[in-house]
Amino acid sequence: MNRSCEITIEIGGMPILLHIENDTFRQMLARRYAGFVGSPSRPRFEFEVELTAPSADDPDDEVRVEMQAGVWRLGRGDFRAQWDPRAGRGRIRQSANPYSIDSVLRIVHTLILAREGGFLLHSAGAIRNRRAFLFSGLSGAGKTTISRLAPADVTLLTDEVSYIRRDDDGYHACGTPFAGELARLGENCSAPISCLFFLKQGPENKLESVDKPEAIRRLMRNILFFAEDMSLVQNVFQSACEFVERVPVQRLTFVPDSTVWGMVQ
Amino acid sequence: MSEKYIARSSAIASRLLGGEMMIMSAADSTFFTLNPVATVVWQVADGRTPLSEIVVRAVCTEFQVDPDIAQRDVERFVEDLSKHGILLVSDRPFPNSTLGPPEAA
Repeated sequence: MNRSCEITIEIGGMPILLHIENDTFRQMLARRYAGFVGSPSRPRFEFEVELTAPSADDPDDEVRVEMQAGVWRLGRGDFRAQWDPRAGRGRIRQSANPYSIDSVLRIVHTLILAREGGFLLHSAGAIRNRRAFLFSGLSGAGKTTISRLAPADVTLLTDEVSYIRRDDDGYHACGTPFAGELARLGENCSAPISCLFFLKQGPENKLESVDKPEAIRRLMRNILFFAEDMSLVQNVFQSACEFVERVPVQRLTFVPDSTVWGMVQ
Repeated sequence: MSEKYIARSSAIASRLLGGEMMIMSAADSTFFTLNPVATVVWQVADGRTPLSEIVVRAVCTEFQVDPDIAQRDVERFVEDLSKHGILLVSDRPFPNSTLGPPEAA
């Protein structure tokens, strides 16, 4: 395989090598994932990317993710992929559309993390004073707004999807290139998580405690997971419970101006 | 009145948190929080112990509730969870092969 047609996308410290037959597309990905392009020498997983002619297939179709004979099969209107996690290899079939490969990467990371006690969370994330803060909520809750209001001493990890890993010391948030309305990639760095906030915009800045059942319920609502797999769903639920037991969770009502960051220390 | 037997579905994820059982249906992600009485019933729903015995031994003893009231409340709770496929109900003991793993305390 020609090295010039490879690119390693490393998110959350998880290098995934893509073999791409079209260098123009590879260059497009290099620009899109700038800051998350790693060394191809030691990939954790590899995918052959086969490009097809553009089609009218709908990227808004429902995602299907299922395991058959030890191989994950991923599909949506605009892509088909299969991935053998034991062999560490897979294949993606799609048009030269970066949104399709972005979706495949998100799904693959949810599957990897589900086995390791982590998850992708629909949340903005930022580092301040070497601690990570997560701001979760459904669309319209204020993830982009609070990201846009971040002061200069804050490192933005993402305005859309946070990468949560668990290790012996607890939970870390990692930056991702999965951008939301801000259309800005996060920084490729990580920090231990200090607090998870569930966002709501309101007439005043206010912090309130969230009891654990409610925290788990809200967390599960915001975890990205697509696979129809009973044991992984159970893993994700247990991960959410453990996260809530170890990480403070609060409800943050905020006025959409920079004063809100005075409450995030 | 015929006896009932109850068993936890294997298509769920559950966790005990602060004395209350959190349960999520893996099929449709419906989420339930059980109160302490329901939590005890859930924990002893082994598919083999008659429901009436669960009420007397687990509920009435632990919570000092009148048996008739406890029986009525537990039956209502069982019916509710069975509608969501969280609890399985039968008029005879469940065979071993249909049961999920024992509930962790």
